[in-house]
Amino acid sequence: MSTTVTDGNAAAAEIAYACSEVAAIYPITPASPMGELADAWSQQGRPNQWGSVPEVVELQSEGGAAGTLHGALLGGAMASTFTASQGLLLMLPNLYKLAGELLPCVVHVAARSVATHALSIFGDHSDVMAARSTGMAMLASSSVQEAHDLALVAHAATLRTRVPFLHFFDGFRTSHEESSIDRIPHEIIAELIDDELVAEHRSRALDPAAPTLRGTAQNPDVFFQAREAANPFHGAVPRAVAAELERFAALTGRRYGLVDYHGAPDAERVVVVMGSGSWAVRWAVERLLERGERVGMITARLYRPFPTEALVAALPDSASAVAVLDRTKEPGAVGEPLFTDVVTALHRGGRGDVRVIGGRYGLSSKEFDPSMAAAVFGELDRPVPRPTFTVGIVDDVSHLSLDPVDLVPSTGDTVGAVFYGLGSDGTVGANKRSTAILGERTHGHAQGYFVYDSKKSGSMTVSHLRFGPDRIDMPWLVDEARFVGVHDLGLMDRVDVFERAAPGATVLLNSPFPPDETWARLSGANQRRIIELALEVHVVDARAVAERAGLGRRVNTVLQTCFFALAEVLPEAEAIEAIKDELSAAFAVRGESVVRRNLEAVDAALDGLVRMEIPATVTAPEPAAVASDDSPTDFVARVTRRLLAGEGERLPVSALPVDGSFPTGTAKIERRGIARELPIWDPEICIECNKCALVCPHAAIRAKAFDPIVVGAVRDEVPSRAATKGRELAGLRLTIQVAPDDCTGCGVCVDVCPGRDRGDLKRRALELRPRQDHLAVERARWDRFGELPEVQRSAVRIATVKGSQLLTPLFEFSGACSGCGETPYLKLVSQLFGDRVVIANATGCSSIYGGNLPTTPWTVDASGRGPAWANSLFEDNAEFGLGLRLAADQREARARRLLEGFRSTLGDLADRVLDREQRTDAEVVAQRADIDQLVAALAELGDPRAAELAETADVLVRRSIWIVGGDGWAYDIGFGGLDHVLASGRDVNVLVLDTEVYSNTGGQASKATPRAAVAKFAAGGKTTGKKDLGMIAQDYGNVFVAQIAMGANMTQTVKALVEAEAHPGPSLVLAYSPCIAHGIDMARQMDHQHAATSSGHWPLYRYDPAREDAGEPGLRLDSRAPTVPFADFARREGRFALLERANPEHAAELLDRAQRDIDDRWQLYEQMVHLHRTAVYDDHDDEEGS
Amino acid sequence: MTVDLTTSYLGMELSSPIVPSASPATGHPDSLLQLAESGVGAVVLPSLFEEEIEGADIAVHDHLEASAHPEATRGYAAEPPAQRTGPRHTLDLLRYAKDSLDIPVIASLNGSTAGGWVRYAEKLVDAGADALELNIYRIAADVDSSSQEVEDSYVRLVEHVRSAVSVPLAVKVGPYFTAMAHMAHRLSDAGVDGLVLFNRFYQPDIDLERLEVTPDLVLSTRAELRLVLRWMAILRGRVEADLAATSGVHAVEDVVKLLLAGADVVMMASSLLANGPGHAGFVLNGVREWFTSQGYESLDHARGAMSQASVPDPSAYERANYVQTIHAYSSRYH
Repeated sequence: MSTTVTDGNAAAAEIAYACSEVAAIYPITPASPMGELADAWSQQGRPNQWGSVPEVVELQSEGGAAGTLHGALLGGAMASTFTASQGLLLMLPNLYKLAGELLPCVVHVAARSVATHALSIFGDHSDVMAARSTGMAMLASSSVQEAHDLALVAHAATLRTRVPFLHFFDGFRTSHEESSIDRIPHEIIAELIDDELVAEHRSRALDPAAPTLRGTAQNPDVFFQAREAANPFHGAVPRAVAAELERFAALTGRRYGLVDYHGAPDAERVVVVMGSGSWAVRWAVERLLERGERVGMITARLYRPFPTEALVAALPDSASAVAVLDRTKEPGAVGEPLFTDVVTALHRGGRGDVRVIGGRYGLSSKEFDPSMAAAVFGELDRPVPRPTFTVGIVDDVSHLSLDPVDLVPSTGDTVGAVFYGLGSDGTVGANKRSTAILGERTHGHAQGYFVYDSKKSGSMTVSHLRFGPDRIDMPWLVDEARFVGVHDLGLMDRVDVFERAAPGATVLLNSPFPPDETWARLSGANQRRIIELALEVHVVDARAVAERAGLGRRVNTVLQTCFFALAEVLPEAEAIEAIKDELSAAFAVRGESVVRRNLEAVDAALDGLVRMEIPATVTAPEPAAVASDDSPTDFVARVTRRLLAGEGERLPVSALPVDGSFPTGTAKIERRGIARELPIWDPEICIECNKCALVCPHAAIRAKAFDPIVVGAVRDEVPSRAATKGRELAGLRLTIQVAPDDCTGCGVCVDVCPGRDRGDLKRRALELRPRQDHLAVERARWDRFGELPEVQRSAVRIATVKGSQLLTPLFEFSGACSGCGETPYLKLVSQLFGDRVVIANATGCSSIYGGNLPTTPWTVDASGRGPAWANSLFEDNAEFGLGLRLAADQREARARRLLEGFRSTLGDLADRVLDREQRTDAEVVAQRADIDQLVAALAELGDPRAAELAETADVLVRRSIWIVGGDGWAYDIGFGGLDHVLASGRDVNVLVLDTEVYSNTGGQASKATPRAAVAKFAAGGKTTGKKDLGMIAQDYGNVFVAQIAMGANMTQTVKALVEAEAHPGPSLVLAYSPCIAHGIDMARQMDHQHAATSSGHWPLYRYDPAREDAGEPGLRLDSRAPTVPFADFARREGRFALLERANPEHAAELLDRAQRDIDDRWQLYEQMVHLHRTAVYDDHDDEEGS
Repeated sequence: MTVDLTTSYLGMELSSPIVPSASPATGHPDSLLQLAESGVGAVVLPSLFEEEIEGADIAVHDHLEASAHPEATRGYAAEPPAQRTGPRHTLDLLRYAKDSLDIPVIASLNGSTAGGWVRYAEKLVDAGADALELNIYRIAADVDSSSQEVEDSYVRLVEHVRSAVSVPLAVKVGPYFTAMAHMAHRLSDAGVDGLVLFNRFYQPDIDLERLEVTPDLVLSTRAELRLVLRWMAILRGRVEADLAATSGVHAVEDVVKLLLAGADVVMMASSLLANGPGHAGFVLNGVREWFTSQGYESLDHARGAMSQASVPDPSAYERANYVQTIHAYSSRYH
């Protein structure tokens, strides 16, 4: 049996793949990798257990995947699927069907929180617990090894019992933990999967040669009896699983029970737990046993059908108190599910004498370690333990939480290491390779776990590695690290990198400075930690080494080599050989030069490694300066700032909102300062186009027009120029200003800037300059810029590029990827309509950079108005937005009704407010002014209805409902709802940020993915064309439809959004959004947009039903006939180029077909611009007939 | 009697003196077959550019390594299990050419690092190249580098590659040496078997709409022939290395002139790109007819007949002739 290092997803997927002929899947974190691996293996032609290559199909949603699974099973195939969280919930209807029809299969679940007050991608059991009534058997794995082993047991047992299985393990903690495991060889899989049972399954298939009928409709006479008919099958499951576990143990030597007891034979106190948390409990038990305490623990594995007998048998007779830990919350229930099951089982098993208490732990991957487990034993030891408790948090509201017990776990010979890296530097990848080296090339074991922060740009990663001679079952974060790698010096200002360092630990700093200068640049706090902890610090300039080796900023190989040299886990020469072998194997497919450069980096790495002489005393001032504050609300001070400081773990329950409602306007307090270079403005050369501000994905470069007389002295403190273009700006000065602590340095603004010195063309109106050279000046200017008054909306032409950018963005400084292609559109929407907009945001990138704590980029204007934003789910966003529309209409209708009652009293004012259509911004501005008057007038009436109206009068300003999401939502999972909402005719605006791929979950193909592009689930290049969503929507006739690409035509983008919003019915705007998944330089994203349009891949158009009403063709093409071959556009993007590298012949064929798609579509569009869809009636005839 | 057009180049016997030079015209299997059918004596495959191929590999590597978010822990791209990386495309084409053609196949190389020249030279030789053409592409723009230093660097490079591979070696250089004849002599002494004159560098243009520099390579014109013609004539008999003429060769007469001036082979690219691979056969027929009609029995007979050493007025190849030329030019048109 071979030892390998892998993660829980791969461990489970490998078995599922071997035991399946069909896998129907849909991506969802953290289960996506299982489907992706299965798809990749299928593409490679890897056979399953029966020698055939499984078919892996991506569906439009998990509901669809479950339907396909159901069909495949009834068709006689061996089938499985992989999912988590909302995905599992979408599968529930079919899970009932699978169980009801006794269809053997396994659904592998990387268990994850279900969205409630908030979405969370992290792990707990709330999803699987929602499936516990479906009739599926449920089997829980608590480690990567178990995810591998029990996956096989589940596949074997489902065939044996005919009951479908749900096999689950903890999302992230197990699904993403790299761990040494013994891999099950093919022969053992063959041994456990009984071919006779497989044949029986196939024989039950729907077959016209022996037809049967499934899925009948049954009536009160028999439904109930039929429901009971399958009882023997479910009843047989525990024994069948036990038998399979026995067979498995006989073949592999790894023994698991339905439940397993560990602890004192005469234990008094016992904890029952399921999943990865069981290891923390086990560690606590070990330590408490060493102290002579009579404790024990039961690990539950089979959860449904509940193994009552096994549980009762496992509990020592001596036990008098049991605590059951649930990794889920079931508000309103007597207790959480495992708790109530255990209580019932003990009662039935004659152990009703045992006191049972229940507690919640570990929700959303909340850390659960032995000290927390020890607290549970402590609670059981109290004379009257709390019947319900929580552990791992501080609950100062319901006072349910237990305090952790100081319990230093003996880690034996296991060594821990932590590494702080930047998301873009490859630290995680290198540490995965290190884990593989340690786990596969030594005789020891290794574990790797990786923690990411919530940002997509400038994000930090923390890698937790353990290695040692024994198995490492420690699914909690590394504490007492013997090695700390700091892969970017700047991170030391953001987090306490020594928080997890053991005294005397070895530290590796990647620094561009020599050791003494590096020391001098450390904060006083960091210097003090180094001295107090007696840390041994080494410095290397990894970037310089990497650059010399031709690896650019990718410092991971250099730092990995230094780690091995310093950690002394292997003899240096052996370690270097192992790293080289691993790199050669990992990168061989990417080319000899990639391997060579990495190997050169390995050879050069140690030359620059220098030990730092640590002075005896701190030489830098303490503490580090705290960023200035704009205007923190109490909440921001109490919560947001602490989240930003990395202290979220310490916030008590009372600090958090009860319903998930958070203030907006918080991104601006982050001031992340992640740019290496800043755009610096030269007023002399600027041509006043404001394109820089329009395209800025982070709202970090802004334009203002101001009256120099009105603003006074401030005018001299910001660079500016007299406005020379546009009558409305006559006499004003213009300024462009970067927010130096919020800019990410993506360079999109500089790339589009057309302002150049005609005599010296390298001088541009915007140029990227080193941040440190300009920081102080630009900070001061940014502060002054903020003091300049905002321009009056009525004073600018807002439906223009220039005018729109003089309005303050109400979406700013998001944590989206540097150079994101989506965010400029959202920023523009916020400028155009932000003070009256309500946004329904589908789950995806935009909900993550829009609403992932600790902050949100959505903000407010000077009057406190701004976008109100909510994310419901992924699949329901259009419907959710429709609900917001209906509510707004109801509220408006009530206000109008009230106002009608005052029409005679208020006269013209009421008439104006009631009758104004508000289809233009000027009308909206006028309406706002009238409503201010109205509120004042109502206050004088002294009527309670007037008071109510005054309270809600703001709803008489036309609410702009925007339904925002990506292509995964609009084209796939949410398409049915989107279609329905468009068909509703209601006044909603749908903005589809089309990246042509599932960006947020890591680049899976959607129906928006173009032909020939490589994506996950389209690894061989997508063979089908992109769905024409715009044309489908146009078919309704009353939907305003626009296709826009900011980089292709900025004016059309602005106009389309303004027209869409003004259209009194449904509008659909498809916005081309370059993404890092495209494999492009994001600084040049606008140029890629331009190329997308000039190649005809993304034609620009507007379809306006109002034009039809006026007797003109509704469709207008806003871009010219394609001028660039599609292949020329495609070759510049990694998503297409990758296919050309992999399979040039296939690429040529697909590119050729993609070109034909473009030619065909353009021909169709050209014809459509001449078409009248509205039939012409002869009015004369009508008159005669009437 | 028909003239015998066989010639010798880089120690190889060629059936004809026309050789397609490194360009897209030799970059496709089909066009290679057509060229061979047209009767060319050898082919030079498109240059292998070290910087370009390694740059592409590293860019893809960066794309595949991008991963910074917990929902995209496996990056954003589905990595193909097999990829055409590095010089594989060039090497595949080279192997194909060797397997499919009966004529010698010359590989062209443009390195960007000292190690790269040798590394890729060896790969090309291992893949079966009958000879190598080093496509040295340098613009001497450094104001601190003297002509001596520039020339030394060429020689060092040649020596470096010469010591690593044993197949015949040609060097393709530009005309911008202060002492072209001396340089040719030094290269020849450094172990070069053939000189390819001249390299046509990418040349900058200005896009007036975008006010950007747009370097590219336009097809040659016949006017460029004169420069090559002069140096063929001057160098014939003065250097040991074989001489290949390239740049501005479009018509039968062009080939004839260069052969008479002293070229061992005459290379074509632009005219093949413009007219298709079959154009080589057309030109070859014309060349054959011309020499035959003039009574030549073989190329050996004709080669260098008009070289500087063989013409009655050798100074004609050197004299600036400025005044007389301008006068003739203006009198014709004004």
